[in-house]
Amino acid sequence: MGYKWSWNVIVRSFPLLLAGAGLTIRLTCIAVGMGILIGTFVGIGRVSKNKFIFTLSSIYVNFIRGTPLLVQLYLFYFGLPALLGFPIPPFPAAILSMSINSGAYVAEIVRAGIQSIDQGQMEAARSLGMTYHQAMKYVIIPQTFKRIIPPLGNEFIAMLKDSSIVSVIALEELVRKGYLVMGRTFRSFEVWTAVAFLFLFMTFPIAQLVNFAERRLKQND
Amino acid sequence: MRIALHNVVKRFKGFTALKGINLEIKDGELFTLLGPSGCGKTTTLRLIAGFYQTDGGDILFDDKIINHLPTAQRNIGIVFQNYALWPHMTVYENIAYGLKLKKMPGTEIKRKVDTSLDKVGLSGLQHRYPGQLSGGQQQRVALARALVLNPDVLLLDEPLSNLDAKVRMKVRAEIRQLQQELKITTVYVTHDQEEALTLSDRIAVMREGRIIQLGDPKSLYERPNNTFTANFIGTNNLLEAHVLKGNGDGKYTVQTAIGSFMGIANQPLSPGQKCTIAVRPENVQINSERQEANSFTGKIHFASYLGNILRYDIMTSAGILFKADIKYPWGCEVMAVGTEVKISFAEFVCLLINDRCTEEHNLTAVGGES
Ligand SMILES: Nc1ncnc2c1ncn2[C@@H]1O[C@H](COP(=O)(O)OP(=O)(O)O)[C@@H](O)[C@H]1O
Ligand SMILES: [Mg+2]
Repeated sequence: MGYKWSWNVIVRSFPLLLAGAGLTIRLTCIAVGMGILIGTFVGIGRVSKNKFIFTLSSIYVNFIRGTPLLVQLYLFYFGLPALLGFPIPPFPAAILSMSINSGAYVAEIVRAGIQSIDQGQMEAARSLGMTYHQAMKYVIIPQTFKRIIPPLGNEFIAMLKDSSIVSVIALEELVRKGYLVMGRTFRSFEVWTAVAFLFLFMTFPIAQLVNFAERRLKQND
Repeated sequence: MRIALHNVVKRFKGFTALKGINLEIKDGELFTLLGPSGCGKTTTLRLIAGFYQTDGGDILFDDKIINHLPTAQRNIGIVFQNYALWPHMTVYENIAYGLKLKKMPGTEIKRKVDTSLDKVGLSGLQHRYPGQLSGGQQQRVALARALVLNPDVLLLDEPLSNLDAKVRMKVRAEIRQLQQELKITTVYVTHDQEEALTLSDRIAVMREGRIIQLGDPKSLYERPNNTFTANFIGTNNLLEAHVLKGNGDGKYTVQTAIGSFMGIANQPLSPGQKCTIAVRPENVQINSERQEANSFTGKIHFASYLGNILRYDIMTSAGILFKADIKYPWGCEVMAVGTEVKISFAEFVCLLINDRCTEEHNLTAVGGES
């Protein structure tokens, strides 16, 4: 093989790629943050005895988890403007679709967390005079927090990788920057290797934290 | 607080877990639901707690029907097998929470929590988390938490099952002492017959969603009216028999594979009727000089020395094993396997049980207390 690896390309395009990684992180943080907010309510709705709340949250979760993020993005970027009659810029459209997407996955994490708490916890609370809502708020949810930290970390990693999809609507996150550099330098092997490693640099520490949290939880139980 | 269950039925997706439970639990009584796993004890307790709704019949506290009263308003305390302490709260917070909900002033909460911790012998552990306590300590905290609000009813579901033997005995005695001190109406669920006998004022023996016998520990042990109870509580020699003749006063002569015996029955029997004889090993004499109503011979098949008793399995001529206990084996020589022995027992320890009669009796006597 006569291929000559060029460090030069990587060095020169690095600031550009780094800026892309910055946007990737920003998008992911906002989306997962919003996702946690949405997911907490929807997750509680998924264990609700209220049929209406349960059905509504189930429809949301199943719709989002059953369709590709790309399609959800197109719905917000192309579909919704057609309906509303005015355009939605790429950044809000990306944030909207990623947050709503993340919300559904977080909801399932929250639901599983709540259901992993022993039934006796709720019953002991009820027998001492707490209402369902009080028991949820003071007994069940606080215990859930600890347990959902590892799966939330995994959700963050998944969203970080999936955020590359928004490159299709010209948002200059890491993958989009990769395209740009490739177009300029024609050094695709170097570019995509660099992009891959930048993703790895972002996901690896989080994966380690998740592992650490999981071990700590096992010890405490 | 009195508790009554009238014909209570509970179904789970087509499976009937409780098939008509009738109970009258007296004020201040420690009442035990005893039976093998899956017979419906927990379901009954959860109905009383209000975690389940009945599919038939009524539950009453004193004379008020409470079928639909939410748990929070029933004024009950519950203790679970796995303690169900809140792991993210300290011992103090666990116990204080119910009081805080009642908007009690802080100083009074502190006084009450301290008193209740003192009662269960855990003063000084206020600031520990449940995970830092032993099983026995956790169960005592659970007990303190259940009692701190002065509930009308205390419900315990196998509270000792997760503890090891020594601790179990200790906590068992503490529960009984506390219960008598507070005179609180208590429903206790267990599958351990020994636990039931030592703790209870009265016991309901349950089987497959029904109560098959109800009584105080002594009457259940000494006069089981069905073979299930005879077998489940303590040890019994059970032998198939049929009635030869009545001797008056509830006494009968019956025929078994190892000879004819004289015994007593709870219900009237008629000649030819099938029944089972039940004789407890401790009521049997081996090679006694005394003249007893019943005797037969057999050979020592197996001996187990338990310290306080020496139990022999005796092989009878009909190939049936019969258990007999020597009650004070101190200094007594263990007989060799194969030794021929004479077994004898009195008429009044030989119970004649007819399950069919008992069933009919239970079905007709709805609400039937023994
Ligand atoms: N929530 C439930 N759903 C379905 N079946 C149940 C449920 N709870 C109990 N059962 C069934 O009802 C029967 C009685 O259960 P339970 O009251 O827990 O028995 P016990 O406490 O005497 O061991 C069992 O066969 C059990 O499988
Ligand atoms: Mg049970």
